[in-house]
Amino acid sequence: MINLHHYLVASAALFVIGFVGMVTRRNAILLLLSIEILFNAANLALVAASRYLGNLNGQILVFFSMTVAAAEVSVGLAIAILLVRHLKTLNADEVRLLKW
Amino acid sequence: MVAGRLLTLAWVAWFAPLAACLMITLVGLQRRRRAATLAVGSLLLSFLCAVTLWWHSLHGAALPLQQAFSWIRFDGFEVPLGILLDPLSILMLLVVTGVGSAIFIYSTGYMHDDPGYPRYFACLSLFAFAMLGIVLADNWITLFISWELVGLASYLLIGFWYQRPAAADAGKKAFMVNRVADFGFLLGILLLWSVSDPLGGAHRTFALPALKDVIEHGYLPQNLLNIGALLIFCGVLGKSAQMPLHVWLPDAMEGPTPVSALIHAATMVAAGVYLLCRVFFLFDAAPIALSVVAWVGGITAFLAGCMAFVQNDLKRILAYSTLSQLGYMVMAAGLGGPVAAMYHLTTHACFKALLFLGAGSVIHALHEQEIWKMGGLLKTMPVTGGTFLIGAAALAGFPGLSGFWSKDEILALAWHQNWLLCIVAIVTAGLTALYMGRACFVVFFGQPRSHLPRPANHAGRGGHAHESPPVMTVPLVVLAVFTIIAGYLGIPEYLHQLHGVQVGFNEIVAVISVLAMSTGLWLAYQIYYRQVMTEQQLIQRGMAVYQALVDKLGFDTFYDWLVLRVQQTAAKLCSLFERFILIGTLVNGTGWVTRTAGGLLRLCQTGRVQFYVLVFLFGMTALIYVNVLR
Repeated sequence: MINLHHYLVASAALFVIGFVGMVTRRNAILLLLSIEILFNAANLALVAASRYLGNLNGQILVFFSMTVAAAEVSVGLAIAILLVRHLKTLNADEVRLLKW
Repeated sequence: MVAGRLLTLAWVAWFAPLAACLMITLVGLQRRRRAATLAVGSLLLSFLCAVTLWWHSLHGAALPLQQAFSWIRFDGFEVPLGILLDPLSILMLLVVTGVGSAIFIYSTGYMHDDPGYPRYFACLSLFAFAMLGIVLADNWITLFISWELVGLASYLLIGFWYQRPAAADAGKKAFMVNRVADFGFLLGILLLWSVSDPLGGAHRTFALPALKDVIEHGYLPQNLLNIGALLIFCGVLGKSAQMPLHVWLPDAMEGPTPVSALIHAATMVAAGVYLLCRVFFLFDAAPIALSVVAWVGGITAFLAGCMAFVQNDLKRILAYSTLSQLGYMVMAAGLGGPVAAMYHLTTHACFKALLFLGAGSVIHALHEQEIWKMGGLLKTMPVTGGTFLIGAAALAGFPGLSGFWSKDEILALAWHQNWLLCIVAIVTAGLTALYMGRACFVVFFGQPRSHLPRPANHAGRGGHAHESPPVMTVPLVVLAVFTIIAGYLGIPEYLHQLHGVQVGFNEIVAVISVLAMSTGLWLAYQIYYRQVMTEQQLIQRGMAVYQALVDKLGFDTFYDWLVLRVQQTAAKLCSLFERFILIGTLVNGTGWVTRTAGGLLRLCQTGRVQFYVLVFLFGMTALIYVNVLR
């Protein structure tokens, strides 16, 4: 029987994968993908909790979260394109415009 | 006439000169004739009001009258603006406007060729306004504001020829000395204000009549009154140029001569004496302060008389004699006789204005102030010479002239109250005759000494003395008439409502003072007319004394030392403290700490987003560990 614990463990696993990807990858596109994995980890946990508690709040929140994720990806990809155009690179280490 | 009309007259008399001053400064600075007309006209109007008030006060007007407006009002603190009419203020009103009018008219002649003519009259009008404010004020604040305005007008007029460094410096000196004195005065005012409500708070007041009631009912302890009176006397020290704050008055002679006559002889310097009489109820209740006042006055009278004897500048002789006479008045007030003080103030205003205007007339004719370059002027300038001699005789206390009567009043008071001060006063009377005799014999008798070379630009009229125009001689004659008759106008009787001791005429004192005067005059006659010895021989006989007197008894040297050494050193120490402790350590130190901390912290900001994410991860882990797992 698959219960809440399995879902949460899966969610935590996804989160760690996403986070490690975000810290270790240097390519901006891969960073965006990692962030998507993070989102989905959170979404999975929300849906599982919603099911477990027997109300719909978690699932409604997931819809919002997916909408925001879609918008975020579009902005993120736009930034990636601009990076390629202006800095000729997608390497996150070389983009240090936020430094002091 | 009803009381309201009298008060209106007083307000008009007070504000007419201010109106003139404003109109001259706003529209008249380019119009010479109009400026003079406005100034003289407004003061004559004031004089007319004063005469009307005086006439009514003699014919049964109910005095004193008081009218005050609330000017600024806070909770439990009210700044009034008001006037008080009583015989004292009406007499002073007459003196200021009367002598002032004569001097204003004289000025139109004396200053005729000066490019700053309208500015001069604007300043004079401002002075008249301020002086009348002191005279009429019924409360400390109005009095103090006018007091400071008088100082300002005095500064402006001493430094009237501001192109000359000496004049500019003299103006600054006068202003600063007065400020030092007025600091004490202000403290005194605040002290007396703070205790002016015997019930302890809500109804404290600046009004003088209210304070008088409080003091006369004996609500205030004597120590407090002594301190208050001495602080108020500080202001008098400065304005009336008493020792040790007298140093500004001789230097103030750098101003135009009519200014010296009006401000630094007849009226402004008398304001201190007037103040003593105005708040005599305070001094009357403070015996220690009163004896300090008496001694300061006596010492000033004597030492200034000595210093007058060694001066060679005609105006400076008169300046020191003014100091000396003011000393007499202050002494009289200190001996408990405000009536005698005011009496001498009135007569002195007449004859000292006359003397200064006479000196001005001489200076106008000769362009020379040193007495040793003058001589025999009685023949060439008969009106000036004659009136000057009348003034000098009155100053010396020649029997029958006004100065004799008022000085006798003071000497009799001293005779009655304090024999030591009486001796000082009588010696000073002899000295007065001596130095005035010296000035008169050298300037108006003997041979003309005008063979000295003159500046080319004065060649046309400098070589030979000539009489001044009527616009200058007529005021001289008018003042001379008042100098003669002022002793018979019943001034002491007019002031009988004032408190204090009144002793009246004393024959023994009169004889002694005439003897002292004759001795002084005889000595002056021997030395300076018959010339049994020259000035040089005299100087050699008393070299040490002479040198000390020429050095002004070290007062100026002492103040130079005080300012240059003590004050400068203190200022340097303060400057070092500010630069190294305040600015160097505290202000810049705070900045350094902030900048260094910022410099260290910004090393964390690498610009690598993934580094931030890692820090975020550790941070979150730590937070979760602390908050959830433990």
